[in-house]
Amino acid sequence: MLSCRELVEFLMDYCDGELPPEQREYFEKHLACCPPCVAYMKTYQQAICLGKSACKDEEQKPPKMPEELVRAIMAARQAK
Amino acid sequence: MSQVPPEADLATQDLPSDERAMLERLRAGDAAAFEQLVRDHGGRMLSVTRRFLGSEEDAQDAVQEAFLSAFKALDRFEGQSRLGTWLHRIAVNAALMKLRTRKSRPAEHSGDELLPKFLDDGHQATPASEWRDGGLAALEKAETKELVRRSIDALPESYRIVLLLRDIEERDTDETAKLLGMTSNAVKTRLHRARQALRALLDPHLRGGL
Repeated sequence: MLSCRELVEFLMDYCDGELPPEQREYFEKHLACCPPCVAYMKTYQQAICLGKSACKDEEQKPPKMPEELVRAIMAARQAK
Repeated sequence: MSQVPPEADLATQDLPSDERAMLERLRAGDAAAFEQLVRDHGGRMLSVTRRFLGSEEDAQDAVQEAFLSAFKALDRFEGQSRLGTWLHRIAVNAALMKLRTRKSRPAEHSGDELLPKFLDDGHQATPASEWRDGGLAALEKAETKELVRRSIDALPESYRIVLLLRDIEERDTDETAKLLGMTSNAVKTRLHRARQALRALLDPHLRGGL
């Protein structure tokens, strides 16, 4: 039986569908009887989704370009 | 390494007409067009370089370098992507270049303390529990978005850069490995650790919901 430590070690490969069928079966047998590992896997995947969403959201509402930086870039362009 | 990604296949007629017009003005050396480009795209580029570099001064330097590289490469821009997408990639490359060349920062934590702990029998030392609403409903709240961004910023640099390139910029493993001078296997290992570390930073806040 796979341990929790082993499950967490191979979690990314499992989520990416990169585990061979036999290992995948061991993995799923463990998940079927270990609620903390199910919770770990779900929260691991949710952390990835949250990271993507928070950064995309920031890109849709970008910060204002500082005026002095605009001026510096235009001056550097002139100088080249 | 050039900061400007290659543009090869498509011609500028594939661009929307407003971008084609902007490109013509830029290539004609119209100073107002350069300033408009900086104002239109600079903020987005700055948010990208801030994520990679942390330091505001370095982030602004990288944006300046990115624009100067882009200006030089305008003749080679052939419309394979939108101008904003092209500038975004140049900003990422400029941030990576800055990371390579800046003075080393004070030693930071390795991130090991953010990885899960196990008992001798292999069980989780602190059993995980699910997040209320899957954490996703909470993302509608501005404070959660800010928490997530702060948590990414708080990752050790070696974790943060790989996570940003793979999960946020959606570069593939091999491209990330090439950009960082690492093997693909090392990228995979570090990405897994980075995701676990991000999960650990969010966990205390999202267990009970916000």
